[in-house]
Amino acid sequence: MPNPTKLIVDCSTGVTTEVELTDEEVAQREVDAAAFAAQKAEEEAAATAKAAAKASANAKLAALGLTADEIAAL
Amino acid sequence: MANTYIKIASSTAGSGGVANIDFTSIPATYTDLKVCISGRTTQASNTRDYFLIRFNSSTSDYNRIWLYGYDGGTTGTGSATSATYGFAGTINGTDSLAQTFGNADIYIPNYAGSSKKSFSVDAVMENNSTATYMSNFTAGLWDNTAAITSITLFPGGGSISSPVGNFAEHTTAYLYGIKNS
Repeated sequence: MPNPTKLIVDCSTGVTTEVELTDEEVAQREVDAAAFAAQKAEEEAAATAKAAAKASANAKLAALGLTADEIAAL
Repeated sequence: MANTYIKIASSTAGSGGVANIDFTSIPATYTDLKVCISGRTTQASNTRDYFLIRFNSSTSDYNRIWLYGYDGGTTGTGSATSATYGFAGTINGTDSLAQTFGNADIYIPNYAGSSKKSFSVDAVMENNSTATYMSNFTAGLWDNTAAITSITLFPGGGSISSPVGNFAEHTTAYLYGIKNS
């Protein structure tokens, strides 16, 4: 199975060529994807935790008698 | 304010897509650079993917802070230091509506100078629905003083278990040179 290709645009000539990635570039691509997936999962977990904390805080404020408008104004 | 705004080059992915789009031999004759890209990824089972960027093929010293909103109301922030790639916005994945593309504008001031290289990204992706899909602003820094002579754009990939995706067919990138005189 051939490697994926990339487009190389030479800005000095305006010529675009499509070439296969080298094996080293394919390996780097796998490393990049793994690193990015890990980073993305970390950020999404943080966002989920923040949203849960906000919902919990809002519920506690509502239990104290604050209206939705009052909570939103905080 | 830019006095000149010149298209240096552009490229569009053909049938089957491509892994990268590389702009090479970028002339040092402009003040700033701007990259405009409209893209979609081919990675399976992925609603959102991301534009990533490298300068001079470097795999080190990329930092970022980003602000984002998605799914009509969820907002957040994120950051990374010493990453192996720069972050350049969001791109529609295969699980988003067919034929929808994410868009990003990447501005790179003083790219040919000897200072460390900052860049900013303004990006949005939509799904042709009533709620906003995802938008984000990113402050990026390549912690390197070399003049930028090449730019590589590639999709991030969203899952370790799936094959890494390509830029889908019709993904298009433009490189502009901007002068202040």
